[in-house]
Amino acid sequence: MLELKNINKYYNSGTVNEMCLFNNFNLTIKDHEFVSVIGSNGSGKTSLLNIICGSIATDSGNLIMQGSDITGEKEFRRYRKIGRVYQNPAMGTCPSMTILENMSLADNKGKPYNLGSGTNRKRAEFYRESLRQLNLGLEDKMNVKVGSLSGGQRQAMALLMSTMTPIEFLILDEHTAALDPKTAETIMELTDQIVKEKKLTTIMVTHNLRYALEYGNRLLMMHQGEAVLDKSAAEKAEMSIDDLLGVFNQISIECGN
Amino acid sequence: MSILLGVLEQGIIYAIMALGIYITYKILDFPDLTADGSFPLGAAVTAAVMVKGVNPYLALVIAFAAGVLSGIVTGIIHVKLKVRDLLSGIIVMTGLYSVNLRIAGKSNVPIFNMETIFDNAGLNNVLPESVASYQTLFVVVAVALASKFALDAYLKTKSGYLLRAVGDNSVIVTTLAKDSGFVKILGLAIANGLIALSGSVMCQQQRFFEISMGTGTMVIGLASVIIGTNLFKNFSKVRATTAVIIGAVIYKGCVAAAIKFGLSATDMKLVTAVLFLIILVLSRGRVKKVKNNA
Repeated sequence: MLELKNINKYYNSGTVNEMCLFNNFNLTIKDHEFVSVIGSNGSGKTSLLNIICGSIATDSGNLIMQGSDITGEKEFRRYRKIGRVYQNPAMGTCPSMTILENMSLADNKGKPYNLGSGTNRKRAEFYRESLRQLNLGLEDKMNVKVGSLSGGQRQAMALLMSTMTPIEFLILDEHTAALDPKTAETIMELTDQIVKEKKLTTIMVTHNLRYALEYGNRLLMMHQGEAVLDKSAAEKAEMSIDDLLGVFNQISIECGN
Repeated sequence: MSILLGVLEQGIIYAIMALGIYITYKILDFPDLTADGSFPLGAAVTAAVMVKGVNPYLALVIAFAAGVLSGIVTGIIHVKLKVRDLLSGIIVMTGLYSVNLRIAGKSNVPIFNMETIFDNAGLNNVLPESVASYQTLFVVVAVALASKFALDAYLKTKSGYLLRAVGDNSVIVTTLAKDSGFVKILGLAIANGLIALSGSVMCQQQRFFEISMGTGTMVIGLASVIIGTNLFKNFSKVRATTAVIIGAVIYKGCVAAAIKFGLSATDMKLVTAVLFLIILVLSRGRVKKVKNNA
């Protein structure tokens, strides 16, 4: 369970450009929930993810992960339980290292990075098998540098790498946005499969309304730092993309856009 | 022949330093000017302890440790105090000038008539008289190869993987639940350890410490790394560390050639700088060409 309690976040505080993003924001995400988050630009979706992961600090409020307060915990420590995939495929892999080295690096998460051999040859077959599921032919390119792969291939690897070790939360930050429609579809299906297999509590920010409806069991729409729409799995199943667009437009009209 | 020998000796001593620059410049993507201070630091420490009668081999270890410390200081200034990478190095380099003077006691410390790693009773017994003129070369090659193989082995460990990852994409180190700042400090420590080790070998080979011997270290190291890695770009069989060592020898050869053809030894630093500029421009031209063809 992940709880955000009375979160306040201001940007440029103390200047004339001060902007309040979150004002007493509260959100509770239960275990094994797969939350799709949609909303216009600047609505606070990515800030929400960054606050959860500790990439940005809050001004006040508490963040409680499985009963323990992690508000002051450093970003890198939080990732012990969190896996994250970014919008930019380059963020999830190391371009100058080979596929095998990247997989080995990710496989060691949670264990000490000591003077033991970087690649465990016995695990190579397991990596190959995981890569084979992607159907991208990566299993035959184990010694190819990741920098020479396409964005879709890298993103598939990033997803695989971030979920390789036992984690409890998966943070997806528009992870299909930079991909072509077909690759995006593949990555999305793979995401759903991994989330179900590993029973991960997932928060997915997306601009694709169809993905938001089709995948996950909860839907949030963010607007000006608030969750203006919060639909459960059952309610979500009855909504159509047009309904969602309707709400979107309504909000935009209110803002005068 | 003696010129060639000199080039090889000096080139390979600088190659040890270039391995350190390879870590900061190529792996960490950190322009580390600490080098100009940590190279003479290694020499100063060596001169200081050898004057006190410390074993020359032990002096290498002490110099390495001193270099590690200087790297840690640069790392902490950059990571914890959030000073820009280039400035962190400049701060430590500047400070080290005084520290080096303190350690050595004065700006020029000779260590003539002392046993060094090149010339000591043990080594002289082992190596036959006939190869005496190559003795220095043997020793520098041994130190350089030991450094190279140790670095190669390290880069294949889990810790080494993390070091390579942090320069490539520090975000991934964070998402692997590791402190990317700590990894950077570690990299700077190892790099400056090697640079100071090189300074120690240089001090023992020249048999004196001189305060200005570090000026231009960074440039020589960068030039070696760029020559080496560009030259062997298309030979994936040649390890980058090997390429860097060869690059250092080639670079030293170019400088020696320039001086042989009429320039005086006082022009050394100018030659160093101009050669570096030529190398930078040439290696960039190559990149452009590739892009235009693509």
